[in-house]
Amino acid sequence: MKLRKGIPLIDQHDKSGFWGGKFGGNFIPETLKKPVEDLTVLFEKLRKDKSFIRERDYYFKNWVGAPTPFIKLNNLTRHLNGAEIWTKVVSEANGGAHKIYNATVHSLIAKRAGKKYIIGDTGAGYAGKMLSMAAKKFGLKCKIFMGVKDIKRQKPNCDAMKKNGAEIVPVYTGSQTLVDAVSECMRYWVSNCDTTHMCVGSTVGPNIFVKICGWSTSQISRELLMQIKKEFGKIPKKIKLYNCVGGGSSSFGFWNEFMHYNKKQIEFIGVEAAGPKNSKRHAAPLTYGSKIGILHGAAQYVNQDKEGQIEETESISAGLDYPGVSPLHCFLKDAKRARYAAASDEEALSAYQMVTKYENLNPSLEPSHAFAEAIKNAPKLSKDTIIIVNSCGDALKDRDILRERLGKLK
Amino acid sequence: MNISPISLTFKKCKKEKRTALITYTVAGDNTKKKSFEILNAVSKHADICEIGMPHNTPIADGGQIQNSSYRAIKNGIKLKDIFQIVKKFKKNQYSKPVILMGYYNTIFQFGENKFIKESKKSGVDGLIVVDLPWPENKKLAKKCKKNSINFIQLLSPTTSLIRLRKILKDSHDMVYYISMLSTTGGKLKVSPKKILESYNKIKKINKSKNLVIGFGITDKTIASLKKADGLVVGSALCKEISKSLRNRQNPVTNVNKMVSKLKSKII
Repeated sequence: MKLRKGIPLIDQHDKSGFWGGKFGGNFIPETLKKPVEDLTVLFEKLRKDKSFIRERDYYFKNWVGAPTPFIKLNNLTRHLNGAEIWTKVVSEANGGAHKIYNATVHSLIAKRAGKKYIIGDTGAGYAGKMLSMAAKKFGLKCKIFMGVKDIKRQKPNCDAMKKNGAEIVPVYTGSQTLVDAVSECMRYWVSNCDTTHMCVGSTVGPNIFVKICGWSTSQISRELLMQIKKEFGKIPKKIKLYNCVGGGSSSFGFWNEFMHYNKKQIEFIGVEAAGPKNSKRHAAPLTYGSKIGILHGAAQYVNQDKEGQIEETESISAGLDYPGVSPLHCFLKDAKRARYAAASDEEALSAYQMVTKYENLNPSLEPSHAFAEAIKNAPKLSKDTIIIVNSCGDALKDRDILRERLGKLK
Repeated sequence: MNISPISLTFKKCKKEKRTALITYTVAGDNTKKKSFEILNAVSKHADICEIGMPHNTPIADGGQIQNSSYRAIKNGIKLKDIFQIVKKFKKNQYSKPVILMGYYNTIFQFGENKFIKESKKSGVDGLIVVDLPWPENKKLAKKCKKNSINFIQLLSPTTSLIRLRKILKDSHDMVYYISMLSTTGGKLKVSPKKILESYNKIKKINKSKNLVIGFGITDKTIASLKKADGLVVGSALCKEISKSLRNRQNPVTNVNKMVSKLKSKII
């Protein structure tokens, strides 16, 4: 399995929508064939349409707030005494996380498609919050599907969604987390696809949703590439890009512009959620070698039993608590372009503590997983190595969990 | 090629000038034994029996079938049990067609070829895979045909005319028309007249295909659609099972009553 040069990764799929011949595709009910095809045609048209690109860039710059800061973490670097540690503070984007890019693009597409309603799934609540913000901004009616367990643990984001006028549809089925929210959202779309646009919250789902999301979050690496050049005068010889991976939208966006670089120069490290220490119900299908299965319309590595039933996962971070992973990451893993590791709940929490102790940064539990791996690796790396961690979400939403697990916060 | 039991059933129903009644129940709901008993009981009135292979992330099923599926999975139903149920059922009712319905991951994990082999061995007559639409299902459909298993294509109100023609061309004896934009068990939100209009449009393209209508069919709506070659009732039966369990009644008796009532409305 190999990446091709000169073609965006999101376009490196075959006619049936598979990356590497086996990841992705369109495992959807007949009813969704037409809406998915319509959306595909529209998106392929829009991404070549200069006025659409101008519109996207306008809102990214003036509403999302591009570029997000790229800063060196001096204290953490000194403390770990190894590689230089930098971060791209994507959580500075409007709303507090990378989910705003996909939400904005989907809302713009919905408008062009003449749809008045938009629906989306959410785990950590950021995808839902951002979609509710974008829907409000662009005059769309919005419904967000969210597992009951997540509604309880990510209250601040739920409050934000309601404030933006979105309806939160609680999902009681299964494990009551992201996986069930996505299923329920798809089911709703099956019933309402004539009037409603669906936004899948990550680089998962049927082929076109993977593409739209990846295309949207790639804004992160477009900015980063320019920021690196400006900061260092050229691309340094050894860069390591750390990013948490749940569905995989922020990591894909963080890496996309660097895809064609030699991995010895720019290495990608994806960090999955290993769940509580010594637990089995991890959400790390890439790290632990799960088998390929079909989830939410796409073939991917996914936690499942022998019968093909999708297994429940457990993670302190709702945003990573997903049994599958983007087909793009499956492809990157098998093509050996990226490497994947997992961090436990406890490791993420101590990484959070260390980062907040040394730096004026407040990464949510999701990027805290990426920091955990970076902190582990940094002391062993040479001083001319540049580690960059995508701080893709703000810990405001994790207030309650952090207070419960770590006691009083600063 | 021999005429398939599914074809024969439709022929028989046409002779009797009535629509075929097709039931859907989930294997293992609420136990392996009970689901077999339910199947046996309803087969007295049903012309074709669909058996659901439960999956825990069903993207096209409404609440009723989800409840049935979760019960079945919770009680430990496995694919090999489902084949056993079919085998046992067909032993006494060899001419009653059985169709397995489910999601592709179940088949994918078991292995396509092994799945077809086991299906054939246990007497399965047809297969519906909800999330493997045409043309993605061409390969599997061909394999099924080779083994005298009907691969049942689905059509929906969103299926374009060009696509309709292509799918019909690749279809076997039976084709399934989804009545409306909905998951299973939704309330019938389109008038029966409109549904039959679409139905007739499809029939016009190819009269020889047995076209059945499903989704939203209950004892209240079934009579209005009886012009179709066949009608599928699923969620209404799953709902009856849930209700029976809640009221501590025997689901076998209640579902049997319900199917008998459904039958009385179409003859």
